[in-house]
Amino acid sequence: MSHSDKEITYDSKVEGGVVTSRLDSIINWVRSNSIWPMPMGLACCGIELMAVGASRFDISRFGAEVMRFSPRQSDCMIVAGTVTYKMASAVRRIYDQMAEPKWVIAMGACASTGGMYRSYATMQGVDRILPVDVYVSGCPPRPEALLDALIKLQKKIGTERSAKQLVSA
Amino acid sequence: MDGNFLSKLLDSNDYLTQRDSADHPAVNCPIERWLECATELKDNHGFDLLVDATCIDWFNESPRFSAVYHLFSTTSHQYLRVVVAIPDDENPSVPSVTSLWAAADWHEREAYDMFGVRFENHPDLRRILMWDSYPWHPLRKEFPLAGHDTELPDEEVRKETGTPVIPAPMAGGPFAASKHAGIMSKNEPRGADESWSEEKEKPN
Repeated sequence: MSHSDKEITYDSKVEGGVVTSRLDSIINWVRSNSIWPMPMGLACCGIELMAVGASRFDISRFGAEVMRFSPRQSDCMIVAGTVTYKMASAVRRIYDQMAEPKWVIAMGACASTGGMYRSYATMQGVDRILPVDVYVSGCPPRPEALLDALIKLQKKIGTERSAKQLVSA
Repeated sequence: MDGNFLSKLLDSNDYLTQRDSADHPAVNCPIERWLECATELKDNHGFDLLVDATCIDWFNESPRFSAVYHLFSTTSHQYLRVVVAIPDDENPSVPSVTSLWAAADWHEREAYDMFGVRFENHPDLRRILMWDSYPWHPLRKEFPLAGHDTELPDEEVRKETGTPVIPAPMAGGPFAASKHAGIMSKNEPRGADESWSEEKEKPN
């Protein structure tokens, strides 16, 4: 558990086993601690992404170890690598197939800004076609940086008005 | 060994001319004899491996395009470069050698994609790197590295995102990051670009 600890309180004087909280923080707590990533490995950042999933860095410590290669089952697209214009349509289509709620991490310089590829073939940042939540710098980023991005994303999810969104949806 | 091989080759095929080369033997071949030459090289000289097939754009010269073939013999371990000048500057085309070397298939598709040189009798002459509707041939000399405005290949994605293909911000060159030394946000080429920076909103 992380940020939402303060939101969830346990008062043993009221009655045993009763927890009071806001609906938002419960939903956000559930969502943020079980993010199923969609590994969109497009270049060398994909290798670092694999390292994050492996035993040394172990992304499962943050509840995000269930890498799904089906967009229908994933919550967070991790765009790891260079997005070419030719690939951009496929990336957007996969994002469209993901069920709400969904988030995007742009991992590395290329996904964030086009990186060193200032050329006719490369999309200058995946944020031109996707709503990116967290950008990770680095070329490629260290695995710790991606873990940090994941924690930042969890914090961001913690601030969302989830209950309201659920009702209006 | 190299020189000996080359002089024999030139003696037996009088339409070939020697070409300056810094490494392996190289010859020029007239375009109308190219298929005959390729068959001869493969059948009688043991050049059974096509290492590379590409093009050169000489831009202001005529003939503007040359097709370049790198051949290797796995028996005599000999390399040979054959350059075929393409006389037509407007609609360049050259006979395909996919019937001789299957490896030519994708190499010729790449050369077609990048230079717009058509390979006659190629079984499947489509673009291989850029998407099918891309209007330019990027390795031609007049094509800027940053690219030109055009549209994304997928119509649905184009409608949904409203994102076009735009020229990449070059900011004086592909690696010109030292312009504003010290300030990270301006060091990044995208930040230093005049048409699209932290201060000015990027086009959407």
